[in-house]
Amino acid sequence: MVEMIKAKEPFKFYTRLHLTELTGLRATTLSQLVGLIKKVSGSCIYHHTHRFLQQHQYLSPEPPNDFAYWVTDILGEDELGEKLVSIDTIQYLTIRDLREKIVSSIESYLKDNPLAKLKFARSGEEFHFIKSISFILPTNYIAYDLNEFAEVLRKITIDSIYFHIFESRLRLEKPTNDFAFWVENSLGDKKLANNISSFDPYTSTLEDLRNKIIQIIERKIVN
Amino acid sequence: MAKIEEYIPLVGQAVIDDLRLLSERLKGKVIQHINSTPVGGGVAEILNRMVPLLRELGVDTKWDVIKGEEQFFGVTKKFHNALHGRAEEITQRDFDIFMQTSQENIENVDIYGDIVFVHDPQPIALIKKKATNKWLWRCHIDVSDPNLKVWGFLMDFIVQYDSAVFSAPAFSRKLPIRQFLIPPSIDPLSDKNKELPEETINAVLRKYNIKKDKPILIQISRFDRLKDPIGVIDAYLRVKKYIDCQLILAGGTADDDPEGFKVLEEVKEKAKNDPDIHILLLPQNDIEVNALQRASDIIVQKSLKEGFGLTVAEALWKAKPVVASNVGGIPLQIKHKYSGLLCHSVEGASFAIKQLLSSPAYAMKLGENGREHIKNNFLITRHLRDYMLLFLSLYHPEDIVNL
Repeated sequence: MVEMIKAKEPFKFYTRLHLTELTGLRATTLSQLVGLIKKVSGSCIYHHTHRFLQQHQYLSPEPPNDFAYWVTDILGEDELGEKLVSIDTIQYLTIRDLREKIVSSIESYLKDNPLAKLKFARSGEEFHFIKSISFILPTNYIAYDLNEFAEVLRKITIDSIYFHIFESRLRLEKPTNDFAFWVENSLGDKKLANNISSFDPYTSTLEDLRNKIIQIIERKIVN
Repeated sequence: MAKIEEYIPLVGQAVIDDLRLLSERLKGKVIQHINSTPVGGGVAEILNRMVPLLRELGVDTKWDVIKGEEQFFGVTKKFHNALHGRAEEITQRDFDIFMQTSQENIENVDIYGDIVFVHDPQPIALIKKKATNKWLWRCHIDVSDPNLKVWGFLMDFIVQYDSAVFSAPAFSRKLPIRQFLIPPSIDPLSDKNKELPEETINAVLRKYNIKKDKPILIQISRFDRLKDPIGVIDAYLRVKKYIDCQLILAGGTADDDPEGFKVLEEVKEKAKNDPDIHILLLPQNDIEVNALQRASDIIVQKSLKEGFGLTVAEALWKAKPVVASNVGGIPLQIKHKYSGLLCHSVEGASFAIKQLLSSPAYAMKLGENGREHIKNNFLITRHLRDYMLLFLSLYHPEDIVNL
């Protein structure tokens, strides 16, 4: 077993709890949807592309963003739904970039399929724009080395894991997730940092994500 | 009554730790809930659990109830129906009666909370007492298609609040104040939802003279037209042509619902020639409700309008297959064909019931998925967290709050 490197700065675990704010804005057609996607706050775009991760901590038939679900299940535009569901969220460093990708996907589809503009949702099935309000709190957990880090990861809430992997990177516009950033900058282990940041976290449940990161760290500890 | 520690085996230690972290941020604030009835109906039921748990977490929480005569509650029931979109003739006299009782309450209710949390339209006019403290209005009603005369009347009060809270996205509309989505919840450790021994369930069935010799369908709801008990009987009659079964319609009445007994009489009339329809006017007895739900094969909630439909969450928590209307907060709880079956009509309800009675393995799978969904999203621990975040949001207008 390698000797544990102590970090210059400990990793402080935070948690993020969210409250859902309603906007009263709703769309009935694709044109209205794309018009409002351009206009609403970044917190709205964030909500509709990340809600799924926290609300469904098990496998379910819903796609991982609300726009894709509505376009497919309510408007019956399967091809556009597939385009939206396969947007590679991890590639986008800011909410602005993600919003632009969603808008351009819908607009180019509408250009090629003008009849899609005529589809509308029945009363009660409109798309309702909602936003996420994040409350970020420090927890009592800190880690100075990989052993302590893995130990905390086993018991911390999935809200904390969610915050450090998803929210901190995209919403606070950091270059990578917090775990990888700390491993590289405070432990000086670039290779391990790359291992932690190189997979797509959007295709796992949060519990699977927890286990995956713990496995990567444990492998490093025994080697 | 269960202590906060007793939820740990169900939701995990870390969830309770988060609640404690939040409650520390509310030290020194007094929260004053105000509604119109101490018992009966979903609001009183939630407050009866929520208030002691918030106190145990260290949040100074109080609960007051406004007063009103039968005439006042007759008017607020009309408002309630009209907000749900039912045709109601609302006269100036109704508004006058509402304002007269409201004025008495404005004079008599002591307001002392740093945060005053008003539930539903009955106490809404108390906002006239707003000083420098914060005020929240919690709407438990499905206002997706309200009578505009009543909504317009209430709007004069709503805009004076700091924030409003709704149970489903479809209930929101453009407002000049912040509005939040907080669905209600069930308490897994309450008498209504805790595990029950088989002998308790059987004793309740014996008490009401119900035999388990054929499948049991049940709807548990107040006797209220919006819950469509007559429609449930029609759906049952359609099923009964093909599958021998029995129906239980069970519920109580709330203090603020003078229409209940009239509806009960109509239901009894409709059911009078069928010995397999059991109509039970239950006293406030949660163990009996729990036992009846657990004894049933299919749980129905065929409401025409629904604020949220907590009976659906209760049924799913017991892993029961549910057939329910696609209204109000019900589609938040049931994803069609995944955690239950949604319907839009008597015909749709009867078809769904037949389908589930004929395919027990499918019915069981729907119930299991439903329980998991309720566990993740609709237990009281999530509700406690949302309420504490809501209180904190009154002091933090930003989208990302560092506490």
